[in-house]
Amino acid sequence: MSSDAARAGPSLRGARLRFSATFWRRPWVKALALLTLPVGAFVVVYIGSLAILFVSAFWTVDSFTGKLQHIWNIDNFRQIFSTSDPTYLRIAGRTIGIAAAVTVTDAILAFPLAYYMARLASRRSRAVLFIAVLLPLWSSYLVRIYAWRLILSSDGVLNWALNGVGLPNANIAYTNWAMWIVFSYVWLPFMVLPVYAALERIPESYLEASGDLGAGGWRTFRNVILPLALPGVVAGSIFTFSLTLGDYVTPLLVGGAGSSFIGNVVYDFVGINANVPFAAAFATVPVMVMGVYLVVARRLGAFEAL
Amino acid sequence: MSRAKKRYLAWAALGLLTGALAVAAAGFGGSGKSSNGTSATGPSSIGKGEGALNLIEWAAYSDPSFAKKFVSQTGCKIHRKDANTSSEMVALMRTGGGGGGGQWDLVSASGDASLRLIYGHDVKPVNVKLIPSWKEFIPIFKSPAHNTVSGVHYGVSVQWGPNTLLYNTKKVKPAPTSWGAIYSTKYKGKVTVPDNTIQIADAALYLMKTKPSLGIRDPYELTKSQLDAAVKLLKRQKGLIKKYWGSAADEINLFKSGDVVIGASWPYQTLQLQAAHAPVKELIPREGATGWADTWMLASKAPHPNCAYMWMKYVTTPPVEAKQALVFGETPVNPKACPYMNRIQKGSCTKYHLNEPLGYYKTIHFWKTPVADCGNGKKNCMDYNAWQRAWTQVTS
Repeated sequence: MSSDAARAGPSLRGARLRFSATFWRRPWVKALALLTLPVGAFVVVYIGSLAILFVSAFWTVDSFTGKLQHIWNIDNFRQIFSTSDPTYLRIAGRTIGIAAAVTVTDAILAFPLAYYMARLASRRSRAVLFIAVLLPLWSSYLVRIYAWRLILSSDGVLNWALNGVGLPNANIAYTNWAMWIVFSYVWLPFMVLPVYAALERIPESYLEASGDLGAGGWRTFRNVILPLALPGVVAGSIFTFSLTLGDYVTPLLVGGAGSSFIGNVVYDFVGINANVPFAAAFATVPVMVMGVYLVVARRLGAFEAL
Repeated sequence: MSRAKKRYLAWAALGLLTGALAVAAAGFGGSGKSSNGTSATGPSSIGKGEGALNLIEWAAYSDPSFAKKFVSQTGCKIHRKDANTSSEMVALMRTGGGGGGGQWDLVSASGDASLRLIYGHDVKPVNVKLIPSWKEFIPIFKSPAHNTVSGVHYGVSVQWGPNTLLYNTKKVKPAPTSWGAIYSTKYKGKVTVPDNTIQIADAALYLMKTKPSLGIRDPYELTKSQLDAAVKLLKRQKGLIKKYWGSAADEINLFKSGDVVIGASWPYQTLQLQAAHAPVKELIPREGATGWADTWMLASKAPHPNCAYMWMKYVTTPPVEAKQALVFGETPVNPKACPYMNRIQKGSCTKYHLNEPLGYYKTIHFWKTPVADCGNGKKNCMDYNAWQRAWTQVTS
């Protein structure tokens, strides 16, 4: 028994040596063996789901029984891009428009705050500001949206405050304005952080050099700080834009009559009307919009600032 | 840690990951594909309970006030999923390959969903002989067209109710008497109606009474031009709407906060608001009302059919019918519930119209799924798909 094991020992070791030698001699085999699984998982989970989305967009559903019909056609896309019934174009336009408005608003709000945090604040107040910016992210965003519903509603805090100083009610509950405010609030931290990172990276010596060469504060800001911080702003805008583009909870809770987003239509068609192909077709719209957006963002160097 | 040890650990981690993925894949692939062939009439007796019952229901349709007793009597533990709309119920029933996906047993489908479930083979025949109370039902609820197809029952009726006009008594004066109140500019920006395709029928009912020239006979059987007229009315109404409510709780909040003062509702919201001392009242306006009639339908892949039968048997008995009616604010289909209702709340049997003559039901236009067949030999009516498109066009 023990002699068998002793004989098996060296041969097993030999096999193992030959095995590892193969990997040593051909490094690509090793790379392949190590990468197949993670890359495969990535392809299946990420790309695969997107591919299924695209494929099912070309099917239809029997309207009465709700059964999926695997017949290739482009009816779904025709309906989305139909100009005679611009319902879906209007929804896509509203979604993209508000996403853009929110992005611009957040950029304008975040820049001064991030600048102060990165370059002016003391170490202590910087820490306090960081916590203040991140604190809302520790609570559920659903809670924060509901809070806004209470603030904006007709017997809410906003109207109460306005009436207190003698102003009439601001009727913005359940409107697109309400959505714009809530979105801008909810996604603000995602803009502040990349802008802060970009601003912090600008060496002090650049600003001194700019001053030495006779540039005033405004000129330095425009010609030195802004171009160097731009990738950060663009990186932040990827977050705010894509998060708004894909959201459906905020329109549901604070939007009014006629405030559906692409996400709401997708939700209705999957969860309520059981028409997955149409939902898939409509869901490709934000994917395409984001694709274009990312190409532009890459040109502007946003990926170096992430 | 030595390098070799690290490498072994890395391989071990990789192995674990592979294993996890394989298990996950097996889980996805192995989802049940069972089909059980039951006869067109269902089983001939109720067997032993399976210990569980999974319901897709309107909120409060298995309210603990009457469901607790059922659970202790039968040992069938209830798992419930509240749906907000009929279409959501249909969608839930169709997940996991349809027929309730082997997960759901019963669905409390309204008339605008029941036929879709029947034609989609998501529900299966029910033997009403096993439901003793069925014989006592008001005749029109025994085999109504929305749950019985060519003599085969796909469930038992349970309750019905009207869609009412709800208003804030402090802000809406004088009290409304017509559905016109939610189409007039008087309460602009203070109106709410359900975000539900079948709401088109409410507009059609209003047009049926106010514009006879359109020739609408039945608010669920609309030709292209009649549907267009209803859509036109609804598009005008959109400018008056604060928010289309998605769930009963949604509408309750809107009325509580004062964001809306008038709207289309169910009696359920009225009861909840009145319980919270909100100044609201409801009525059935002079044009009549649309209404819902709900059926407990048996999923074709129901995993606990015996518990399901026990539940259908239980909820149709007079005392339970009475309790459910008063919890939700609706009317039983079993007239024997009348004295039980009065015992819980004096005069409630009359209040909920349980003792009305059969002619009364003609003023209530019960929800049904719109189909191409107009019911008068012509096949040019707009089907549910067209209604759905029209509703999306109006509201989004």
